[in-house]
Amino acid sequence: MTQHLRPALVLLLLFTALTGLAYPYAVTGLAALLFPNQANGSLVIRDNTIVGSSLIGQNFASDRYFQPRPSATSTPDPADSSKTVDAPYNAANSSGSNLGPTSKTLIERVSAAAQAKRAEGWQAPLPADALTTSASGLDPDMSPKNALAQVERVARARGVAPQKLRALVETQISRPWLGFIGEPRVNVLALNLALDALH
Amino acid sequence: MTINGWLQIALVIGLVLIAARPLGLYMAAVFDGRRTLASVALGPVERGFYWLAGVSPEKEQGWLAYTGAMLMFSALGFASLYAILRLQAWLPLNPQGFEGVPPDLAFNTAISFLTNTNWQAYGGETTMSHFSQMAGLAVHNFLSAATGIALALAVTRAFSRGAAATLGNFWVDLTRATLYVLLPLSLLVALAFVATGAPQTFAGAVDAATLEGAKQTIALGPVASQEAIKQLGTNGGGFFNANAAHPFENPNAFANILQIWSMLTVSAALLVMFGKAVGAERQGWALLGAVGVILLSGVALVYAAETAGNPLLAALGLDPAQGNLEGKELRFGQALTALYVAVTTGLSCGAVNAMHDSLTPLGGFVPLFLIQLGEVLPGGVGSGLYGLVVFAVLAVFIAGLMVGRTPEFLGKKIEAREIKLAMLAVLILPLAILGFSAVAAVLPSALASLANAGPHGLSEILYTYTSAAGNNGSAFAGLNANTPWWNVTTAISMILGRFGYVIPVMAMAGSLAAKKKAAPSAGTFPTDGPLFVGLLVGVIFIVGGLQFFPALALGPIVEHVLMLAGKTF
Repeated sequence: MTQHLRPALVLLLLFTALTGLAYPYAVTGLAALLFPNQANGSLVIRDNTIVGSSLIGQNFASDRYFQPRPSATSTPDPADSSKTVDAPYNAANSSGSNLGPTSKTLIERVSAAAQAKRAEGWQAPLPADALTTSASGLDPDMSPKNALAQVERVARARGVAPQKLRALVETQISRPWLGFIGEPRVNVLALNLALDALH
Repeated sequence: MTINGWLQIALVIGLVLIAARPLGLYMAAVFDGRRTLASVALGPVERGFYWLAGVSPEKEQGWLAYTGAMLMFSALGFASLYAILRLQAWLPLNPQGFEGVPPDLAFNTAISFLTNTNWQAYGGETTMSHFSQMAGLAVHNFLSAATGIALALAVTRAFSRGAAATLGNFWVDLTRATLYVLLPLSLLVALAFVATGAPQTFAGAVDAATLEGAKQTIALGPVASQEAIKQLGTNGGGFFNANAAHPFENPNAFANILQIWSMLTVSAALLVMFGKAVGAERQGWALLGAVGVILLSGVALVYAAETAGNPLLAALGLDPAQGNLEGKELRFGQALTALYVAVTTGLSCGAVNAMHDSLTPLGGFVPLFLIQLGEVLPGGVGSGLYGLVVFAVLAVFIAGLMVGRTPEFLGKKIEAREIKLAMLAVLILPLAILGFSAVAAVLPSALASLANAGPHGLSEILYTYTSAAGNNGSAFAGLNANTPWWNVTTAISMILGRFGYVIPVMAMAGSLAAKKKAAPSAGTFPTDGPLFVGLLVGVIFIVGGLQFFPALALGPIVEHVLMLAGKTF
């Protein structure tokens, strides 16, 4: 075995330098040159402030905004670091709910949320994405149906005509490329930025 | 299921098939040591590496020396990675100031990346410094994949050579696989990922002031460079906890298509290369055909199960037309999520773009079963090829028994020694998976990690050891695997799944290489036609799958029945 020691050691060092340092630095340099916006996280800037990333969902709880899908992300409990507390759209700790299809916790969570939506005046069938958590907890999108279902509420909170908001949602729907690649969806942050810009 | 969905699936498969042949022929040239276009730039680097390492490239090794070199390289890789993880607090590029990784987790992670499993008992953005990610984990993304390719080359040479004492030189194969194949491909794919939106920066995180006035800390990093090799090397260890479901790892449908393409293409090209090397390109396509049939059946089953959705949620008023959306990202859609689920487990990648734990019972059954088949569809980079060769050897053996002739595969007589070694390899998986699962299912300290009760809990246990022993790395991630029991036992499963498998396979390769290559006669069973393809599919199902059916019946299958009956846990 000892005759293998030198090649093993030397190649490990050389490849660490090549694939572990030279390669990521080369990609970083080229990326900064060719695609600076994407390389830095597709940040969205309004009035000289970073308001988020166009790829990362953020939490909207107010009735004045379109609200994203529920999120299962969490953060360490400030009182007891061995536990976690819910922190929707925590972009420093991505995670899904990992609840299985026959989980009582899942069914109870969805059932409570569905009741709340019905109380708000939503009609069945309810948009499924409005009641299910995404895989990363950071899904930036919602379905067009989900956005349209929220128009009444946002219009009431802002005192705008629902018709105007419905038209706004329509302009924000991104459709599949060439008609079949991708899914129709609405970027929640982009929609809410456009909403703020209405006034 | 929709026409659009199937069109997207067909598009990805088409792109893979288009790329597989040129890449396979290029690899055949590279590993023969022939000059290619890339030699101009990379030839001097290659020779420099050999000179520094004291390797004489023309000096070949027998199976024992080849395997010994591989084991020595793996042992050193383990030691260095373990050290980097433990010491990351004192190493550079740690903008978030993470502490050293605890011993059991560092042990698990080092074994995990070394064996090309990339099981993640940790959350990337909350545990690992940029240095650990780049100079630790990503290096082994390259090297464990290159090691897999090297082993596949050795097994290929057992068939392409007659009466040979040697199988090639491990150091040469490792160096060429990294320099000529993985590195240039990764560079291109990484830039393509950045173009679609994946970040590539050394900044740690950026704080945003959200529209509602809250603070959102967005974790960033050199994501694209790691993403490229993670997919191309069928590693699967994500930069972020949510893996390729995270919008930074997988920003949109294009990125998602590139992700799936990257997983499949190198493995498919290796089969083309195998065919070329053994002198019959048709043989490579026959193998690809057999695995394609099984893989596409898997895709169809996941797609059907997920679009059928969860009746328990539909009963609450959720739109059934959208299918099961718990644990899924909207931008990929059900079709490309299903394709991703089947591909990542059909080969040994283990990257995920949806949370497998939240798939419907039958949707979750497929990835579990595909890993248990031995991940030969078309397999992890390298490991898939030699896994498939083992099944092909068993298939011709069974065919030989039926007609009463000594079986041959590609002109090599398959005898008792080869069959014993092949079976030894094949039996490692059930030993590691079912053995550990049985213990964990009755151990209270292990059961405390489960997130779901009822049959789904058993599926979580089964999936964990299946993924570890199969060197896959995907998870039913509700199970908290970051405890000493799970960290140590999954690490042992990973070692068994990689080395317990490959050592008998290399012994078989050594014994086959030494045999004369017989010319085909009228009585030779042709191994590149539909009859052989059918037989191979049967053997993969029966030998690979049947031993797991009792366990699967108690997990996903019974859960499916109970879900239809409206039962929750």
